[in-house]
Amino acid sequence: MPTRTPKPAVPSRTRTPVVPARTRTPASRRTLRRRLTADAGLLVVAAAFVLPLAWVVLSSVDARADLRVRLPDSVTLAHYEAVLTPDITVTPLLNSLLLCGGGTALTVVCAALAAYPLSRFRSRLNRPFLLTILFATSLPITAIMVPVYALFVRVNLIDTHEGTILFFAASQLPFAIWLMKNFMDGVPKELEEAAWTDGASPLQSLLRIVLPLMGPGVAVVTVFSFVMMWGNFFVPFMLLLTPDQMPAAVSINEFFGNKGTVVYGQLAAFSVIYSTPVILLYVGVARRLGGGFALGGAVKG
Amino acid sequence: MTRRPGRPPHPALRSLTRALPVTPATVLLLLFLAGPIAYCVSIAFTDLQLTGQAEDSFVGLENFRTAFGDEAFRNAVWLTLVFTVVSALLGQNTLGLALAALMRRASKPVRTLVGGIVVTAWVLPEVVAGFLLYAFFRREGTLNAVLDWLGLPTQNWLYTLPILAVSFANVWRGTAFSMLVYSAALDEIPKEITEAAEVDGAGGRRRLWHITLPMIRRSIGTNLMLITLQTLSVFGLIWVMTRGGPGGRSQTLPLFMYEEAFQKSMIGYGTAVALLLLVVGSLFSVVYLRLLRTEV
Repeated sequence: MPTRTPKPAVPSRTRTPVVPARTRTPASRRTLRRRLTADAGLLVVAAAFVLPLAWVVLSSVDARADLRVRLPDSVTLAHYEAVLTPDITVTPLLNSLLLCGGGTALTVVCAALAAYPLSRFRSRLNRPFLLTILFATSLPITAIMVPVYALFVRVNLIDTHEGTILFFAASQLPFAIWLMKNFMDGVPKELEEAAWTDGASPLQSLLRIVLPLMGPGVAVVTVFSFVMMWGNFFVPFMLLLTPDQMPAAVSINEFFGNKGTVVYGQLAAFSVIYSTPVILLYVGVARRLGGGFALGGAVKG
Repeated sequence: MTRRPGRPPHPALRSLTRALPVTPATVLLLLFLAGPIAYCVSIAFTDLQLTGQAEDSFVGLENFRTAFGDEAFRNAVWLTLVFTVVSALLGQNTLGLALAALMRRASKPVRTLVGGIVVTAWVLPEVVAGFLLYAFFRREGTLNAVLDWLGLPTQNWLYTLPILAVSFANVWRGTAFSMLVYSAALDEIPKEITEAAEVDGAGGRRRLWHITLPMIRRSIGTNLMLITLQTLSVFGLIWVMTRGGPGGRSQTLPLFMYEEAFQKSMIGYGTAVALLLLVVGSLFSVVYLRLLRTEV
């Protein structure tokens, strides 16, 4: 970075008699006007984006909730009370937790193990492997769900949590390995080399040195995998059949249809409960890493 | 001391132990990703059905011939195209870039607020996003309330323009991704360059066209590829909002595939459609890899 030169041009310009002394310079006035236009534009877009979000929050506490955004006449927690039963909320959320927690754990462990040799050792196989991984990150998983279903029926994995967890992990692995490898490349090699000379095995140096040093990276991979699985509808919708096995992503559809009229207030309350964990996780990681979730950096071309 | 100094293990053995940690991931990927893809290729050429069939038989290209002759399939291809162009290429991409550019000039509280709202829409589970936008577009919903208040004509959006309603839903849900990618890209343009252009008297539009866009063109390419691929595989959002209806007027390829395979029990035919979707996705993936080729 070159040292910054003192700014001689600005004082000489402000001294020119054309500009009245008490107003701002034209440049700064232009900046201000520009900022106000930008603010106004953004707020208009935000207003459009916020309406559906406002609906779900307001309806969940509105005694007479319907499909329209409006301030409730009377605030009530009745909808939350109505949905907080073992059948409606607790079991589906526990199923979600089991599926996504299991899937995420498997993803993170496999990704960390796989990323280590890819990041640390030179091999002719690294490049083809990474290219395949990158290719797999962008395959439309939706398209293979019909054959996965047919395959799971054949090998008796259909309607089991284990099968769904394994598939969740496999579908999330390519991106997790890619991210993990990139984060691992950022950890300097010197510390590990010191450990190697002291007789540490690669596994020990991965567990004791590399992973602790890339804590934020591991957090990003974990949270990202979990959030993707938590919100995924199609995979459990296809691979699970029994209602009491279903995660919240699928069971939420019960609010529609089979009972005739839809109680929108309860649907909204359930949506809030179901969405809160992922929003909190996202906020937690984003605050530690400063916006962007490091995803912008991970996918930039 | 287990190993005598000066005598490293045999190179082949060494590379084998080094490759060992990659095994669990490789096994999972082969069994649950490569396996289904191979299976997809093999059953796309059969007449496999869901139930009541003793033996499925090889039918060659019959499923593909059926597909291209099928009015409903051609409709689904067309709708997928509309959905992708309107919601990803025009909607998410342009709005994401506009938001990223505006955010650089906006004041900090506005930036935080707007970023928070847009990203929340993105983080929400797909099905919840579907419900929110279902409520928004319904006849009794918020959009009509707003239009009514502005004195504009209202209509039953999910019935009259279902594909447009689901496209807007996808814009609402997906714009944050483009916004994050472009924010990162714009941060990397050196300030000196834009300032120099400004001093030389280049207006806003010319700066955008001749400086900003060329400098972030790689990010634009990457972003377009990724959002196209994401949009091609949207299922839950449309399923919740319209079930592909009314009368197939918002039935994109994933929904068509699902209906053929499960509601009509034609697994072979549904898989053939899936294979076509997979081929299109792979072509996009290859282009994406070429865009990134210097990175690996």
